[in-house]
Amino acid sequence: MNAKSFTVDYVSRVEGQGALDVVLSRGGEVKEVRLRIFEPPKFFEAFLIGRGYEEVMELTGRICGICPVAHQTTALRAVENAMGVQISQKTRDLRKLFALSAIMQSHTLSMYFLSLPDLMGYESSLAMLNDHPEIVKRGLRIKKLANDLTDLIGGRAVHPVTAKLKAFTSLPSRSKMNEIRKRLEDSRAEAQETVDLFAGLEIPKFERRCEHVALSSQDEYAINEGRIRSTDGLDIKEDEYRSHFDEEQVPYSMAKHSTLRSESFMVGPLPRVNINFDQLSPAARKAARSSGFKVPTFNPFASHIARAIELVHAVDECIDIIDRLPYGEEDRSVVPRPGDGFAVTEAPRGMLYHSYTINRTGLVDRADIVPPTAHNAKNVESDLWRFLPQIIDLPLKEITLKCEMLIRAYDPCISCSVHFLRVKIDTVKCG
Amino acid sequence: MTDKLKVGVFKFTGCAGCQMELLHLEAELPQIANAVDITYWMMVKRENQWGPWDMALVEGSVSTPREIKEIKEVRARSKVLVALGDCAVGGCLPTIRNWIPQIEAERKVYEDPSVILSTEIHGLDEYVPVDIYLRGCPPNREMFLDTVKSAMLGVRPALRRHCVCVECKLNENACLITEKHRPCMGPVTNAGCGALCPSLDRECEGCYGPMSSPNAAALADVFRELRLTDQEIGRRFRKYAGTSPEFRPEADKA
Repeated sequence: MNAKSFTVDYVSRVEGQGALDVVLSRGGEVKEVRLRIFEPPKFFEAFLIGRGYEEVMELTGRICGICPVAHQTTALRAVENAMGVQISQKTRDLRKLFALSAIMQSHTLSMYFLSLPDLMGYESSLAMLNDHPEIVKRGLRIKKLANDLTDLIGGRAVHPVTAKLKAFTSLPSRSKMNEIRKRLEDSRAEAQETVDLFAGLEIPKFERRCEHVALSSQDEYAINEGRIRSTDGLDIKEDEYRSHFDEEQVPYSMAKHSTLRSESFMVGPLPRVNINFDQLSPAARKAARSSGFKVPTFNPFASHIARAIELVHAVDECIDIIDRLPYGEEDRSVVPRPGDGFAVTEAPRGMLYHSYTINRTGLVDRADIVPPTAHNAKNVESDLWRFLPQIIDLPLKEITLKCEMLIRAYDPCISCSVHFLRVKIDTVKCG
Repeated sequence: MTDKLKVGVFKFTGCAGCQMELLHLEAELPQIANAVDITYWMMVKRENQWGPWDMALVEGSVSTPREIKEIKEVRARSKVLVALGDCAVGGCLPTIRNWIPQIEAERKVYEDPSVILSTEIHGLDEYVPVDIYLRGCPPNREMFLDTVKSAMLGVRPALRRHCVCVECKLNENACLITEKHRPCMGPVTNAGCGALCPSLDRECEGCYGPMSSPNAAALADVFRELRLTDQEIGRRFRKYAGTSPEFRPEADKA
């Protein structure tokens, strides 16, 4: 029996600061699993109070450097919903293009730089450069294209500046759009190669049936709006979120655990592909079938291939949007009005919820934010409880690596996960 | 070069956006990885060494006792300490909460604040000497590239301390304040972004923090002429660098 209790003090190749504690009995039985987030809180909920309605997206975008686009769009939609602001189809399209660019970027980072080294037996993507330069450089090329697209629409990729209430402050010229459209066309082959790469890599055989949740729409592959649907029949509007989703306080983590019907659930690329397979582009569906992907898949390690499938889709839909986008100025005037607003979107890592109360003077009275990593936190632990007995006879080094790989499959974003919580923390010694 | 520079990248209290800005140097990253020896970068590497480093790039502010201890350790093991981005320079947005009594901020977010260990938000130089400040939320990736190149040559990077207005003029933008009567923070904000926002029809929000010796009070007067309330003016200064000595007097008026 090789197994004994272990701790990963600081989980590498994820965003932010988290640790993993596993406690096993002498017989190798799992006694405790704790994903311990020690990232310091930044108190966004406290300092958003009293700020102006027009600042909300600028401030909350800064919750996360990887998915600022998702936070900005969700904040904008929540404030627009609070004030009864209608947006044009053009703004809707541009926001989708903006979100897809961020998903391409974030997925490529997760696949090629955070997780691929584990699957190919390296400590980092930098260490792979000598043996597999063509793979690493392909990842860098796709990532650069995605960033250039975010740069083009948002002004810059990290904390973009042009997305405002109702419309964007400025639009790229038609010639710049055509230039990037050409590059998107050229990247179709590399997106397909990404699917092939991940389809060819061995992932741990592990399956745990759990409820998958994602935004969903008949008309499109839902990212910025839709109904909240699940593999177990949930089907609600975004403003009904709070009557279905709860948070559970955990004594050892700065991130709260979100629950649905008192159970853990999963959000992210895998649930999206499972629930919205029919809305994927034809090429993405074809790529999924060729990779052997079956709907529904409940192996969390299949999240990698789901990201690759979404990459194929994102390239296709970006091109479609660019082709139908009208040019010209749009009215940006907004009349502040008091009210409550709710919005749910799909960030790269899964469902993201923002809600605000705007008061009569146009200032924020209340802020409530639940990011994907809070939605997934309890599910990662539930998976580990089930996964550990399956790998318990491996050497400790291997067990640790496999557990880290499972955490990375969720691509957690820990900075996001600590800003919004109303957690009751007990002083419990972890060990 | 026989010995490669040993470089460490660290995250304190921040959003990872500055590290992302480094990762967004896709075309240059393979060359950088070849030119220097990155021995610590938790977000990218599984095998990390705890110093010593020729250059430490630190993202994020210092906001817990653990981080106070850690930044001192990183400083002791590093020849050059770089504050990477506004959080490391002076705390950035989260310093807005330094105006809220700490216990009140904690109660707003946590039911039981007795076990929260957060301190006020501060930049790195509240606790240790900093050699290079890369301003911005986030700092432009080119600035980072210049810094690495300078480090390899053993010279200080040429970082500009003039205001955004200079870059706006270079872009031949119409002035948002004088031409369009909109409250732009450009005249007091440090350059480096290439006048990004004014070039995209948006007022500068001040995300690079104060330039060298800005006249914040004079800009506040201009904003008053544009009919902004004292609260609105205060909020503009109490954002990315409200606790800096340059902006604090105006930020206090919010």
